[in-house]
Amino acid sequence: MDLLVLFINAAVIAGTPYLFGTMGEILTEKSGNLNLGVEGMMFMGAIGGLLSVSLLESGLGVDVAPGLAVLLAVGVSFLAGAAGAFIYSVLVVTFRTQQNVTGLALTIFGVGLGNFLGDFFGRRSDTGIVRISARAGAGFSRLDIPVLSDIPYIGPLFFNYNILVYLGIAMAIVLALFFKYTRIGLNLRAVGENPAAADAASIPVAKYKYAATCIGGGICGIGGMYIIMVTTAGGVWIHNVVAGFGWTSVALVIFASWSPRRAILGSMIFGALRVMPFYFPANQLITVGFISFTMPNIPMQFYAMLPYAMTIFVLIFTSIRPNRETNPPGGLGVNYFREDR
Amino acid sequence: MSWLRSVTDWRISRRKAISFKVACLIRFLAVVGALGIGALVILSLGHNPFAVYWEMVDATFGARIGFNATIRSFIPLLGAALAVGMAFKMRFWNIGAEGQILAGGIAATYFALFHFEAMPRPILLTVMAVAAIIAGGIWGFIPAFFRARWGTNETLFTLMLNYVALRIIMHLQSGPWQSPLFAGFPMMDMFDPVARLPQVFGIHIGWIMVLVVVVLVHFYLAKSKQGYQLSVVGESENTARYAGMNVRRIVMRTMFISGGIAGLSGFWIVSGAHFNLSENTAGGVGFTAIIVAWLAGLKPLYMIPIALLIAVLERGSGRIQTAFGIPATIAEVLIGIILFAMLASEFFIQYRVINAKTAVATNTEAVTDIESTTGGDA
Amino acid sequence: MPAISTRQLTKTFDTVLAVDKVDFDLYHGEILALMGENGSGKTTLMNMLSGIYFPDGGYIEADGQRVTIANPKDAFALGVGMVHQHFKLVETLSATENILLGLPGGFFVDRKSAAAEVAEIIARYGFTLDPNKKIYNMSVSEKQTVEIVKVLYRGATTLILDEPTAVLTPQESDRLFDTLRNMKADGKAIIIITHKLHEVLAVSDRVHVLRKGQTAGIVQTADADRNVLTEMMVGQSVALHIDRPIVENKELRLEVYDLCVRTGDDVLALDSANFILQSGEILGVAGVAGSGQKELCEALAGLCKAQQGAVTFYPEGDWRNRSAAVPEAEDSGRVANGVPAEGVKTIPLLGKSPQEIAELGISLAFVPEDRLGMGLVAGMDMTDNVLLRHYKRGRGPFADRPYSRNLATRLIERLKIATPGVSTVVRRLSGGNVQKVLLGREIASVPRVLIVAYPARGLDVHSAHTIYDLLNEQKQKGVAVLFVGEDLDVLLEISDRIMVLCGGKVTGTVDAATTTKEEVGLLMAQMDAPQAGETN
Repeated sequence: MDLLVLFINAAVIAGTPYLFGTMGEILTEKSGNLNLGVEGMMFMGAIGGLLSVSLLESGLGVDVAPGLAVLLAVGVSFLAGAAGAFIYSVLVVTFRTQQNVTGLALTIFGVGLGNFLGDFFGRRSDTGIVRISARAGAGFSRLDIPVLSDIPYIGPLFFNYNILVYLGIAMAIVLALFFKYTRIGLNLRAVGENPAAADAASIPVAKYKYAATCIGGGICGIGGMYIIMVTTAGGVWIHNVVAGFGWTSVALVIFASWSPRRAILGSMIFGALRVMPFYFPANQLITVGFISFTMPNIPMQFYAMLPYAMTIFVLIFTSIRPNRETNPPGGLGVNYFREDR
Repeated sequence: MSWLRSVTDWRISRRKAISFKVACLIRFLAVVGALGIGALVILSLGHNPFAVYWEMVDATFGARIGFNATIRSFIPLLGAALAVGMAFKMRFWNIGAEGQILAGGIAATYFALFHFEAMPRPILLTVMAVAAIIAGGIWGFIPAFFRARWGTNETLFTLMLNYVALRIIMHLQSGPWQSPLFAGFPMMDMFDPVARLPQVFGIHIGWIMVLVVVVLVHFYLAKSKQGYQLSVVGESENTARYAGMNVRRIVMRTMFISGGIAGLSGFWIVSGAHFNLSENTAGGVGFTAIIVAWLAGLKPLYMIPIALLIAVLERGSGRIQTAFGIPATIAEVLIGIILFAMLASEFFIQYRVINAKTAVATNTEAVTDIESTTGGDA
Repeated sequence: MPAISTRQLTKTFDTVLAVDKVDFDLYHGEILALMGENGSGKTTLMNMLSGIYFPDGGYIEADGQRVTIANPKDAFALGVGMVHQHFKLVETLSATENILLGLPGGFFVDRKSAAAEVAEIIARYGFTLDPNKKIYNMSVSEKQTVEIVKVLYRGATTLILDEPTAVLTPQESDRLFDTLRNMKADGKAIIIITHKLHEVLAVSDRVHVLRKGQTAGIVQTADADRNVLTEMMVGQSVALHIDRPIVENKELRLEVYDLCVRTGDDVLALDSANFILQSGEILGVAGVAGSGQKELCEALAGLCKAQQGAVTFYPEGDWRNRSAAVPEAEDSGRVANGVPAEGVKTIPLLGKSPQEIAELGISLAFVPEDRLGMGLVAGMDMTDNVLLRHYKRGRGPFADRPYSRNLATRLIERLKIATPGVSTVVRRLSGGNVQKVLLGREIASVPRVLIVAYPARGLDVHSAHTIYDLLNEQKQKGVAVLFVGEDLDVLLEISDRIMVLCGGKVTGTVDAATTTKEEVGLLMAQMDAPQAGETN
């Protein structure tokens, strides 16, 4: 099959955890909360999703069916991420703590908790690691849809991903529609842009912030679960498994300028950069369609750095030429107290 | 969500003043509460919390070697906390100490690896330190420049620069600066002994340097003209302009110094503790330092005990892993719980919580009072 | 039956009685003008009707029923909607979206039908507004329209407009009044807070005047004229017993020529101001709020850019600066062309930053209106606040805090500042003491020119008199004092001359000893005198 098709397919799969993290953080930031705890919430989601399946299996002594495993992992990782975001919300919205510091504390806590539980249950299990059965793991593998998946080009490009990829893209579309077409979405945007105005319009600002932050954290949690089930290890706990995905997602929010639609594209680009060196190794003759060329000698780390560098350029560019449509929410990072009005 | 309603029923007002003693008591209770929650976690794992906590403390204070190890991780943590504390005082959210540490580490390593034979040891170490300060300073200056000039968001900018620095190191160690000794492994050479910091009382000299820096930063912030300027900018840019201060210049200067101190911390790590440069050089110190600085109320002298507390916890976690079989990562969980508790405690130090119902009740009383008088008039 | 009325309504802030037992009535189908000077309690009274403040005493009736208005939602339920001076709009949303915010309804937003409803309201009352335009693309007047339509869309029957014309051009104001008349015809009850006389006469049916928190009078607009309203608003002259020492040998100190300042919104806030300021005099500046006082002070202090003009400083001791009497100086032609007489040493100030002005050795002190947000650092103690003026003092890298602490201690003694000590954070001090710290610091810098903006605002009588005494003392020392004030009684007693600003223009300068309150009051409203003549 064409190298390019394989590359795109791999890029989409590699980019999906970013998509979850970015969507979650977009939803959070739309309420005005800059939650730097994405990395921590992803860890919490990762360990939550993994343990839910693995503990059920060891508890019952049977292999869980793939469909149930997916449902369980999605549900529990969502709850785990949301729990982390809830701690953040209590501190920031109710106790008015500084957002950056609180987010970092959540990251320290979440990373610690994820690794701790992973190590702890690993020590307790017979094999020394936390893992899910191959049967359950099959739920996270590529779908093989009869006929559709086998169409040349179209199949691998559209119908050959794991179920979570479709879930992520569907959620991004739903999120975009939610912001644009629903009353709650409109109110939420007002809360993030100008909480004083939202308050004056009798929108319950604190409730919106709590809800958006917790649901956003839950979505980040699903992203963490994706990493452990798909990206790295296929359902085995690895120490420090999330390793920067959360921070990259925070960057992607800026890159996507707070738009779920652009988040889809952005996460695919970031995913592509991740797999690029494997599909287009330096100094090798590459053939794409009718074109052949020698890949220039670009260091591997350059691709890994590019997402951050691009984000910095986006930051600089948007501050030099502010555009109201792509600006961060007006109230981002600032806690709102009614007495101040 | 009925609890939410009850939360919104409370009215919150800023405290007029709180005595230092009461504030300390609230903070102390927060730490005790957090350790209590931690004790429950330990208990649920089937261990005696007191024994576990005792082992954690003992890991640092029980033996010389443990103490030295704790101090080695304490030094850069304190240094980075001083760096970010200074920026935070100016309300510049520098969460890029991690990257500034790495930038300093890269610059110091360059001289350690490639010019260690070119100069005598004191000069070499001085050059490494100065290079680290300049490199870290530049890494801090870049976002400050854009923030001062165009208002570019410094939180996200400094955050991104962490990863740029990290990737530069990963590139260097897997290519240009890769050691020929570890065939194929992305690693750099260990520093030649001349490029390592000398020891005083068994710990590298960085501990003296960091204490000097604490004193310097303390005086800089509390006594100097520049320190005064950055405090005014942090409190109110409007007032700073009113007083004729050049806000842009102050922001850029402060961030150069802040980044420089973080860079110096990177030098201590590579030249005093690890003796080489790797992607683990900073290892989250830059992030933990933010917490240290914040919990210390951005006051340099208070950062010493807090940085020490966290270093002791981290050190102790390694011990309980071997002694009790509890994974070492529990330290981060404990630190996280303590952080949450201390953050929340600040709220109770700054605000009073009044039940809105009682407050409204007094209002309606006043209304009925007036009503009865006017009723009499009619 | 009144649409809304208050009986004995009272509200206190700390110790200040903002609204004091006010009886107030508003009827359906009328436009009521609520007038009063700054601090007379207009906005506080209206904020109680719209649920932002809760009264301390008295009660509110709506359509004859006694009601409790605890929050804006309660007010909306009674059909009371307020359009604030500061708009509460979400910039990135469209007019329709802003209007829909927070309203109950279906899960999805039906922008089309909502926009149609909004368009219907726009058409009914004759507004000009595109319902789909984003707020950030709108002019100030359009934004105000959105706020008004928002209130109407929510079914308000009583509208409160807080100084709606403050941000509008005369043409925009006229258009607004047309729509208000349409609403009145529709049976709405409308309150318009203003202190512009001609607008009151042009648009209102009745006038309710507040003075110092109390009702000063209620008249039918048809029975009122400019003089009656001015007198009601400013009241009888009250003797305050503030000294006005006479200083001999005044010198020309500051000359302002054709000074124009535009604000960020590109409004011409100060329009070609010409005046002089002499040593040993207090030049009072009168005018309703927002007539260009802030821009004038900040331009003189080097804090905001001026579009054109010149500010010239005349150093001390040059006999040629001496002018026996003011009119002569004004007639001499210096002021008219901004070119000093030959041989006189002068220093142009405009375009220089505060730092550059200080480096020229010119001691120019400024007590801004925003004491804790600009003049002082609220979160710092008194020592550090006193340090702000001279932190660069001395060689070496360290700030001279002992000097500052010493000075702060002396200020506490001399000005009788009530504070636990020099290390108490100034935010914790009372308003009067905050002002003493600020003014004391500025005076301690031995200024040649002292600009003070609303120095006695929010202060009790005793503190206010301390401040006036301090200003007089400075004047006697030969300092040129520019006193921006709002209380005409004070200005009349303390100033040597009073310059009146109106709409950014200097409408007149009068001798404070011989002028009357009415004369100043009329100058404060002079810009619109011809317009008012037309409507009469």
